[in-house]
Amino acid sequence: MKFGIVVFPGSNCDHDAYHVAKHIAGQEAVFLWHKTTDLEGVDAIILPGGFSYGDYLRAGAIARFSPIMKEIVRFAKAGGPVLGICNGFQILLESGLLPGALLRNESLNFVCKYVHIRVENTDSIFTRSLSRGQILRIPIAHGEGNYYADEETIRELEGNNLVVFRYSTDAGEVTRACNPNGSVNNIAGITHPTLNVLGMMPHPERCAEDILGSSDGLGIFQSLIRWYRSSAANAAKEEQCLET
Amino acid sequence: MPVYNARIIVTLRSSILDPEGTAIEHALHELTFTTCTDVRVGKYITMNIEAESEENARTIVDQACQKLLANQVMEDYTYSLDEAAREPA
Repeated sequence: MKFGIVVFPGSNCDHDAYHVAKHIAGQEAVFLWHKTTDLEGVDAIILPGGFSYGDYLRAGAIARFSPIMKEIVRFAKAGGPVLGICNGFQILLESGLLPGALLRNESLNFVCKYVHIRVENTDSIFTRSLSRGQILRIPIAHGEGNYYADEETIRELEGNNLVVFRYSTDAGEVTRACNPNGSVNNIAGITHPTLNVLGMMPHPERCAEDILGSSDGLGIFQSLIRWYRSSAANAAKEEQCLET
Repeated sequence: MPVYNARIIVTLRSSILDPEGTAIEHALHELTFTTCTDVRVGKYITMNIEAESEENARTIVDQACQKLLANQVMEDYTYSLDEAAREPA
């Protein structure tokens, strides 16, 4: 499987995502500069964390107009998996691939710490190797992660089981106290009805090997690989690669 | 073609809590400005627009605000617009 990691000016989690895809998950990975319109035949796109364009105007507001974004929207609409992490989530919202917006943290502080999230949806192609109700220990690092959407949008997300992760205690209780940023309903990540786009504030690429204190993030990469292999066409492609 | 100057203010929608505004309001009250309430913080953007008429200039500002300058999921915008003073010859 081939991962494409988009690099915007100001991305700073791109190398972490590349490292996990290539060296931990053992897959092919390439960096895609934001000016390109050639996705190089990748099977999945990662919009990494960071401060694209210095967060000018609003986090993700300018990155959304990068030349590569038009191709990524097309890729996503054709069913290709797109994972937006942190700033990548902000870009997905600004580009309209996912609904809602991320406000400044309620505390006004930049919050950088490990949190627990509960897996709510295992249908998305990013969470199929996880189990419903599973608790992940995963770091967050953001100043604008306070997920907001109007009531109707929240109803749609909740009603269609599109909330993928929720901030919780280590025992899986969803409480106000364990909500690090003020997000509506403790929302930490959401997906699209087509299940191939995931936006999340926590950083799975920062916790995919035990040496870093948690490997809970690896499951998201493994889910993608599992999705890839389950597609008959892809399995044939991989076999062909092995033969040659 | 005339040039118009727009002064745009983008703020969080009134239905959304503005913690920065709330913090500033507390500080104002500490300073005994206790009659100051409903403090909101926003962004101020100015720009010049070359347009055939004021109406055209307003259409451009509205589109710019809706497509880029404000995120209407969470923000509202207002602006005032005047014909820019000509540079003295």
